[in-house]
Amino acid sequence: MTATDLGLPGLRSGVDLVPTNDEPQTAKEYTSDQEVRWCPGCGDYAVLKAVQGFLPQLGLRRENIVFVSGIGCSSRFPYYLDTYGMHSIHGRAPSIATGIATAREDLSVWVVTGDGDALSIGGNHLIHALRRNVNMTILLFNNRIYGLTKGQYSPTSETGKVTKSTPMGSIDHPFNPVSLALGAEGSFVARTIDSDRKHLTAVLSAAAAHRGTSFVEIYQNCPIFNDGAFDAIKDNDTKADAIIPLEHGRPIRFGAPDASGLGAKGLIHDSETGGVKVALVADVGEDAILVHDAHNPDPTTAFAISRLTDAGYLNQSPIGIFRQVERTTYDDQARSQIQTAQQTAPGTPQDRLAALIGGGDTWTVA
Amino acid sequence: MAKQVKQLDRVIIRFAGDSGDGMQLTGDRFTQESAVFGNDLVTLPNFPAEIRAPQGTLPGVSSFQVHFADHDILTAGDAPDVLVAMNPAALKANLGDLPKGATIIVDTHDFTGRNLQKAGYDANPLESLGDANDQLREFSVHPVDLTGMTVEAVKEFGLSRKDAARAKNMFALGLLSWMYGRPTDSTIAFLTKRFAKVADIRDANITAFKAGWNFGETTETFVVQYEIKPAPMSMGTYRNITGNLALAYGLVAGGVQSGLPVFLGSYPITPASDILHELSKHKGFGVTTLQAEDEIAGVGAAIGASFAGHLGVTTTSGPGIALKSEAIGLAVMTELPLVVVDVQRGGPSTGLPTKTEQADLLQAMFGRNGEAPVPIVAPQSPGDCFDAALEACRIAVTYRTPVMLLSDGYLANGSEPWRIPEIADLPTIDPAFATEPNHELVDADGNVTGTDFWPYLRDEETLARPWAVPGTPGLEHRIGGLEKGEGHGNISYDPANHDFMVRTRQAKVDRIAESLPPLEVDDPSGRAKVLVIGWGSTYGPIGAGVRRVRRAGYDVAQAHLRHLNPFPKDLGEVLKRYDKVLVPEMNLGQLSLLLRGRYLVDAIGYNHVRGLPLKAAELAEAIGNLVADAEGIAVDLTTPSTATEPATEPATEEVSR
Repeated sequence: MTATDLGLPGLRSGVDLVPTNDEPQTAKEYTSDQEVRWCPGCGDYAVLKAVQGFLPQLGLRRENIVFVSGIGCSSRFPYYLDTYGMHSIHGRAPSIATGIATAREDLSVWVVTGDGDALSIGGNHLIHALRRNVNMTILLFNNRIYGLTKGQYSPTSETGKVTKSTPMGSIDHPFNPVSLALGAEGSFVARTIDSDRKHLTAVLSAAAAHRGTSFVEIYQNCPIFNDGAFDAIKDNDTKADAIIPLEHGRPIRFGAPDASGLGAKGLIHDSETGGVKVALVADVGEDAILVHDAHNPDPTTAFAISRLTDAGYLNQSPIGIFRQVERTTYDDQARSQIQTAQQTAPGTPQDRLAALIGGGDTWTVA
Repeated sequence: MAKQVKQLDRVIIRFAGDSGDGMQLTGDRFTQESAVFGNDLVTLPNFPAEIRAPQGTLPGVSSFQVHFADHDILTAGDAPDVLVAMNPAALKANLGDLPKGATIIVDTHDFTGRNLQKAGYDANPLESLGDANDQLREFSVHPVDLTGMTVEAVKEFGLSRKDAARAKNMFALGLLSWMYGRPTDSTIAFLTKRFAKVADIRDANITAFKAGWNFGETTETFVVQYEIKPAPMSMGTYRNITGNLALAYGLVAGGVQSGLPVFLGSYPITPASDILHELSKHKGFGVTTLQAEDEIAGVGAAIGASFAGHLGVTTTSGPGIALKSEAIGLAVMTELPLVVVDVQRGGPSTGLPTKTEQADLLQAMFGRNGEAPVPIVAPQSPGDCFDAALEACRIAVTYRTPVMLLSDGYLANGSEPWRIPEIADLPTIDPAFATEPNHELVDADGNVTGTDFWPYLRDEETLARPWAVPGTPGLEHRIGGLEKGEGHGNISYDPANHDFMVRTRQAKVDRIAESLPPLEVDDPSGRAKVLVIGWGSTYGPIGAGVRRVRRAGYDVAQAHLRHLNPFPKDLGEVLKRYDKVLVPEMNLGQLSLLLRGRYLVDAIGYNHVRGLPLKAAELAEAIGNLVADAEGIAVDLTTPSTATEPATEPATEEVSR
């Protein structure tokens, strides 16, 4: 078999083919009439507000936006947005969104999912959506616990976690969602925090602009079953040391600032492991500090950076866009093949149907 | 030398060999030749699940049976008149199916010690032909070195011995084509195209094919040539077609006739994969095929595409349905069009992947959590898969519902002549997308203050909800798996609402019966006390069994169900007209259970689950016994009656030649 040149036009933005709205829009227009029913203090409220505030900035026609979710607390999200939406079944949202995005180039497709939905029951669909690079944005709300089923450990809970289903402590090793997405060759992989609206909005904006599957892990606090899971990265006293900020083209530095005003710590290549590690800038010199390159076609360094996320209680985590590379999307190619086939198809569909079913070896009885 | 020509009204030939011997291709070519010649025909491919099962062994035997006739026939035949056996295992595996006097053409080349041993023969049965201990004495055996002659015929092409020997199936085809006077042009054209890129292989196959024909004409081994005249068929243009191909065409037609792009989400599975293969060729019709990561993703993508305004389709077999069940429930709840094709195979679990069965009826009917009614449509013959698929599309789109289309392995791979329909005669399907708000907003004083869109406000006639696709301004709405409030469609946990919605979803499916024609009952004398009722691929064997009983002078009625859910409105009344109701099925009585439960009728099951179609002779006997019981008479099926035979009944169906 030989590969076929698909002859695709140049890569576009994630929303290039979606009709735009000339009138300014408001967050209120994107708010449905349904009462929001998350627990008081839930991180989901902050994300919802941020999304409702961000969508008007996209400037798309509201009727051309579709939110699809699975099952779980976060998956109620579509009900609260006045766009088209489907609250589907557990873990399957990426597959449903794949159908929508492949069928229609004129839609902006979003998936809202959680750590249980996307990484446990729906793990297969997640990695295959990333592999295919279907044009959609996946928001994974990671609270590291099962909320809707009332407090069992999740695939991102730390080992040893005591929950209703693990009274002697969890013996499961957790997934690092960013590592997983990078391993599945995700073309856009980012991490942000529910409470940092500015960062969240910036990441959503970049995710929407990316053509392909944009994967965004959002650290989200569950005040009922896993309260404080992200305190170290939210607390003003600790966050400078806990957050490793990733900005394309900038040296990766964090921690309390040194005389230069930049973080006293930075990431350097680790010649022993082949990965990256944290060092004091004063010890290694500025030139040794890694400059973040989200556009690197090779995901190795991005993956190495993702490994600096604590697997246990979260005292340290890289935040930002890990990877953002151009790769042809499944849906563009699928539509391109259909367009190519249709260009050479003569006559009306009825004529062609008659030719199709009347083909092969035929005989006529008079 | 001049050969004798004998007239026959029908013949059943079985080609059997190792699974690498190309028996399916040989059978298929013989079928195409017979179809072009104008015979009526029915085929039965039978092959192992393994792509190359251990060579030369009994489990590795692959066969293809073709029944062709000068009149209308309904089955692939109970027992072959002619067996072509390419090795000892093929002979041994098929011998038990042969009636006394059958012809066996056997390739002697592979009757070596090792191959005989692999097939379980202590001694070469060909060496004792004519002796007192001849194991094959009941048959007319023609030992021929097909392989040796093939290698000799193609030696000019300089192929390796192995490659040369591979053309032996074409030699056999050539010989049988001569014997039954088949036209050869289509096979030569086929080989020319198939091997266009490998000239020596192409030439070797064509040469072997011609050599086989010439061998028949010159050898003294075969002194008789047979003639089976074309069958009278109603006017029209015909082609031979398998069920899977007809089903795929029916789905393409569903797209054309509804104006909707077809979106297939599917995962490869035997025996349904050919539908995926076929549809992937038809992008020119706007058909999208997504080979998903698993069965669930296949149906998920199809549901997504339906939500986006395409005609979502998923194709699979029984194990795949088990995996898709939850998603089908979602389509029930969200009331989106979806066609779910189940090409049934032997179960449970992995079961018999390449064999046929009808044991998924209850899974289709009930295999979901909650009250989740799904309409069920079943084709009755390979060609009928086209109409059944189109009907499934009609129901799915018109009623906004998932529809189960229950084909099976026999229909999928079997073939028959199919009268190609006129496009103008096909039904059209109206997607009737919602484009406007459908509900008025009223304030406390009863004044209309505006309009909005209620996604669960139903059509009064069909009870279907509006289908508003993304991109339609003003109709933004959310659907999902949680229970919906009547009309507005917002989440509702209200007990009375749930009870109402459960009943409404059922009522919507029941309402489909209003669009169905009355059940056709074939009761020529009008005096029958016994009704035989079936569904799906048992149509052929049941019809053939019924003909035998009628030909012997007895009355029996036949009806066949295309719609299993809902049943035709008059089914209960039809059942009550008969003293005895026989329900033949390739399961342990699934339709019987439904008929008993719904109509309190004492349905009597006739059930075999052997992975093969029911046999007409056995069915005739079962029907005869029931007729004897119902009418209090003795039934003898061996003597054809002249008095009561309806003129339209072919006199010769299933009579041994």
